[in-house]
Amino acid sequence: MDALLTRYVRALRQAGAQVSPAETLDAASAVSLVGYASRERLRLALGVTLAKTPEDKALHDDMFDRFFTAGEDSAQDEAAGPDAPQLQPATPGAADETGRDETGRDETGRDETGRDETGRQTGASGGTEGRTIEGASAGEDRADAFLRLARGPDLDLAIRQAAAAAGVDDIRFSSQSGYFIRRILERLGVRELEERLMAAMQQDTAEAQAMAAAMIAARARVFERARDLVEQRFDVFGRGATEAFMDDVVVNRSLAELSGRDLDRMRAIVARMARRLAIRHGRRRRRRLGQIDVRRTVRMSLRNEAIPFELFWKQSRREKPKIVAICDVSGSVARYVRFLLLLLYALHEGIADLRAFAFSSRLHDVEPILRSLPFDAAMSRIIRVAGGGSTDYGQALVDLERGHPDIIDRRTSVLILGDGRSNQTDPQLALFSSLADRARRVVWLTPEPEGMWGSGDSILPLYRPLCAHMAYCRTASDIERAVDEMLSAYA
Amino acid sequence: MTIRIRPPQAISGRLRPYPGASDPVEAGAGVARLPQADLKEADGLCAAPASSSRQSMMSHTATQSLSAIDTISARLEGVGYISTPAISTAVYLAHHLRKPILVEGPAGVGKTELAQSLSRCLELPLLRMQCYEGLDETKALYEWKYGKQLLYTQVLRERIRDVMGDAPTLEEAYARLGGFQDLFFSRDFLAPRPVLQAMEQPGGSVLLIDEIDKADEAFEALLLEVLSDYQVTVPEIGPIPAVTPPLVLLTSNNTRELGDALRRRCLHLFIGFPDAGRERRIVRARAPDVPDRLLHQLVDFVHSLRSENIRKLPSIAETIDWARTLVLLHADELEPGLVRDTLNVLLKRQADTAEVSERIETLTRSAVAGGQPRQS
Repeated sequence: MDALLTRYVRALRQAGAQVSPAETLDAASAVSLVGYASRERLRLALGVTLAKTPEDKALHDDMFDRFFTAGEDSAQDEAAGPDAPQLQPATPGAADETGRDETGRDETGRDETGRDETGRQTGASGGTEGRTIEGASAGEDRADAFLRLARGPDLDLAIRQAAAAAGVDDIRFSSQSGYFIRRILERLGVRELEERLMAAMQQDTAEAQAMAAAMIAARARVFERARDLVEQRFDVFGRGATEAFMDDVVVNRSLAELSGRDLDRMRAIVARMARRLAIRHGRRRRRRLGQIDVRRTVRMSLRNEAIPFELFWKQSRREKPKIVAICDVSGSVARYVRFLLLLLYALHEGIADLRAFAFSSRLHDVEPILRSLPFDAAMSRIIRVAGGGSTDYGQALVDLERGHPDIIDRRTSVLILGDGRSNQTDPQLALFSSLADRARRVVWLTPEPEGMWGSGDSILPLYRPLCAHMAYCRTASDIERAVDEMLSAYA
Repeated sequence: MTIRIRPPQAISGRLRPYPGASDPVEAGAGVARLPQADLKEADGLCAAPASSSRQSMMSHTATQSLSAIDTISARLEGVGYISTPAISTAVYLAHHLRKPILVEGPAGVGKTELAQSLSRCLELPLLRMQCYEGLDETKALYEWKYGKQLLYTQVLRERIRDVMGDAPTLEEAYARLGGFQDLFFSRDFLAPRPVLQAMEQPGGSVLLIDEIDKADEAFEALLLEVLSDYQVTVPEIGPIPAVTPPLVLLTSNNTRELGDALRRRCLHLFIGFPDAGRERRIVRARAPDVPDRLLHQLVDFVHSLRSENIRKLPSIAETIDWARTLVLLHADELEPGLVRDTLNVLLKRQADTAEVSERIETLTRSAVAGGQPRQS
């Protein structure tokens, strides 16, 4: 199969798209149907066969341009018309290579298809075949070959071949580019060149100095081209991996330590978490419990001469989780509240019904704020409205009971986020206990590690026996796990 | 000797494009009916499946229409569906790669309409299956005709003595009986549902599985065999392959995430809101009486409406409805009062209407200003 396509699929996968081998095969047949002649058609055909979700579609549209424009053959772009040039090399039969401006291009252009594989093999064995331009031909000094390439029109092609042999497509991080550039240069003979350069610089003749200058210029020229190529390859193959790595870092970093740039990244991550939770908990499981479906049983019994041999049950529908989130928004905890609410907000309506309350001294229903404003504005509004007072957990519970006596029932999970530092006020344990009895379960998340519970004015140990679950929650993935666990109670 | 049950008459050429209407044989009331009445009905309604050995090809018109991407666009336009390159490419590939298309996009952008238009322009029957929660194989693939089976048992009971009467030993009686025990689970007693019906159309067909996201996940799994191999396996009979593989379209509004297995087997087409040019052509095709000036104005208005903070965005279907409404009201230009009175055609939520009601004047004026017919 077509190596260009496989490389493209690989680039898509690196960027995070889910492409299966079967879909790659489909894409190959699609390409053989529509051909490489029209760029737009190729883009659509690959989009239809490879990208099966809106996210993947966006990835594909982005990647297609990067891969096929900057990617394959910038030297040839300039030579031919605007429509097809960079795509042609991949179809040997269709490639109209004759009449090109440069000699040697006709065979080498064709070589593109096999380059990925053959280039690597020859690279591994260290040999240089007649068809590959890279390196010295028989009897030629490698340094001479380097100079010849640096001056000649074949430089770009030679660099691409060397890059394939050096495995540049495996690049993951931009910090690796120096290494790969060096590998490319070495394959082209830079080491021999540098030896000669050192020798020339030690000689004190004008001729040697001029030679040295020429060699330095040649090296710089090749270096520049190699760098361009490696950067472009990083763009195509590495960026996705880097992004994934950064995401991983951010997810496992303490929420209190996140910087402003991480917050943007976090938004995307939280959206993904929400989607993941939605997939896991959005399914309705059927249980064979409840009432008999008389109509269906009678109808289906016809196959047994109307003897109700097989019973059919009315499907009991899974109830939708209802989450009441009570968040302490005093200074130390506000950061955590932001992510919890962001996540719960993303799950709202589809998966779970959310009622959110915020308090420091008095309890505020923040539902209207979340509903009417975009999330960031809503968040700062909430902190302005509810934050700032001295924290009083007991008062918050009393306010909840007075203001919303019916909000907690047996399908409600109560999620409390707070450090339990209540400034020596009455914890209202009896009230909390009755609330916990009525709720399906009470989960308490705290940004303090277990060793700190109970120290100073912390009253977490008092509440702990009444909660189904009390957990230290420091990172975004901790919050995800807690919400996941809570939704599992409704399975 | 063996008893042969006369196969019901094949009803040739009779298609039932919208099945699912109550079939008296299995409607439950059948038991109480007189056998004669039932017999008639059972015979009449049994669309005998075409014999699977017959290998037919898709009709000539259809094959020709699907031969090139541009032809598909042209044919679709011929029946009033303004295609995009993406849509035509997907249809072209679906036909040539023999793959179903999963169509996603907001409500009302023409996902279902695409299947209907394809059926019209390819002159193939459309088999439509509306998905809902609780849909199962007896509604989608096939069902046994229990009433008929029951009836035939009764008829056979009378005749059983003739068969068995002269059997000297139990073994022989058993052997004779063994000769036709599978009679009741044969094709004659199989009632095909939309999916199986689509497979049995000799000239090919368009199978629309609408709003697959509304069905349960188990149902998705049930479809996988159909989508990848174009065959339905009935345990009692074995696999029934498609006579001519139908063109399959699945639509989804994304109320739930579809399984990966399903996505992998389909080509994926996303239809979004059209650009102004395409939307004008669509409205022109569907509401030909709209004056040119009004057409430009109303499409521009809808486009600016889509960038407002609205939850249920007006889609093409709403634009067309609005255009028709305005024609009925003999409007030839947008004006704020008219827009305000007819806005409920475009916006289906009270909150959305409230959201834009203050800005109607501005939006209308800018649509009227920018909406002069342009020379292009």
